Amino acid sequence: MTNLEKYNQAFIETLEVAKEQLEGLEYQQIANWDSVGHMTLIAAIEDAFDIMMDTDDIIDLSSYEKGKEILSANYDIEF
Amino acid sequence: MIDDFYKYNPYELDRSDKNQLLTNELVELTEFHNNRCPEYANFLEAVNYKKNSVNSVEDIPFFPVRLFKEYDLLSVKREDIFKVMTSSGTTGQSVSKIYVDKETAMIQQKVMIRILSDYWGKKRLPMIIVDTPAVLKDRQMFTARGAAILGLQVAAREMVYVLNDDMSLNNEKLDAFFEKYPDQPFIIFGFTFMVWKHFYQELKRNNHKYDMNKAWLMTGGGWKKLEADAVSREKFKNDINEICGIKHFIDHYGMVEQTGCIYAECEYGHLHASIFSDVIIRDFKDFSVCSHGRQGIIQVVSALPHSYPGHSLLTEDEGIVLGEDDCPCGRKGKYVKIIGRMQNAELRGCSDTYADKYRRT
Repeated sequence: MTNLEKYNQAFIETLEVAKEQLEGLEYQQIANWDSVGHMTLIAAIEDAFDIMMDTDDIIDLSSYEKGKEILSANYDIEF
Repeated sequence: MIDDFYKYNPYELDRSDKNQLLTNELVELTEFHNNRCPEYANFLEAVNYKKNSVNSVEDIPFFPVRLFKEYDLLSVKREDIFKVMTSSGTTGQSVSKIYVDKETAMIQQKVMIRILSDYWGKKRLPMIIVDTPAVLKDRQMFTARGAAILGLQVAAREMVYVLNDDMSLNNEKLDAFFEKYPDQPFIIFGFTFMVWKHFYQELKRNNHKYDMNKAWLMTGGGWKKLEADAVSREKFKNDINEICGIKHFIDHYGMVEQTGCIYAECEYGHLHASIFSDVIIRDFKDFSVCSHGRQGIIQVVSALPHSYPGHSLLTEDEGIVLGEDDCPCGRKGKYVKIIGRMQNAELRGCSDTYADKYRRT
């Protein structure tokens, strides 16, 4: 699996969204991405890439796109 | 801009630097709410607010916290609100309604975690929650207790709720926790009354031994009920240390009207104001600023509230500023002692209202 596929899968599985919904998806935009869903998503991303994210990054991860930026910038994950 | 604050550690600035940073932000927030919240604009007019006469934090008008119970106060469009936080209250009491938009919620979360990181570090730690998972499911109970737990999630590697729905202690979950995370720092979080009643007393009764000497016990929610049972803060710490071996205690003071800006306790037992907020003690009769060491009504200011006019509030609590910039723990800023609710003010600490319900059943 590519990094993008892993990343997408974390969203699709934890937030129960279709791949087509991912672009532009924002925190609190759908019912499943609330504060509880957020931590499930973070756990899935951490498992997928075997990383431990910083608290600041978890808070800043406020959209599908922002998450990619954070992972590339702070965890050397290329998309 | 709140971003200006993120350049500093939460307890880095001394009196004059903090005053400058915070005053600028509070003046801006006062203008912001003046332009967006009609009720707040009326209040500013009534107190004859003049922007140009503000030289320090003390000059920002203080808005009575009770007004959040009587009015819906918003500085953003209603459709931008994504959660309404309520203060805890027993039946028959009116509750504060605090309207929070995404931006304010994110700032609140970020600031709380920054403050706590100053105590237990930036690493996410496993967390024992002395509460039932139902606290998040049941919307009736979803007040300050639920909000505090949700806010802490970001700092947790994993959260384990150790109370069953009937408030009994779940020993299997505790066993599993200590098996999974042996000999490493972790956090225990709960409201004071619940930690005492449902955690400490149960462990003592069961004679269960767990190694908790690397734990940080974070508590909140008030002391009135425990003090009524003759459990002082000192006794709380001593007894829990004796049975559980816990050495690090972080109590905190905070209110739903200024979520995020918590006042956390240092190793000398002092509650500290971070750069994001401050405490001013006001005289009971004429509301003048009390000197350090004198008891009065607590005013709190915070750089966080954007969606509602809660950046400078006169609370219904009494307290004392113990000192400023000179706590032996090294943290700059004021450190305070909270006396508690004023006489005639409603009983409202989160732990206290829970205890009140508990008593009656």
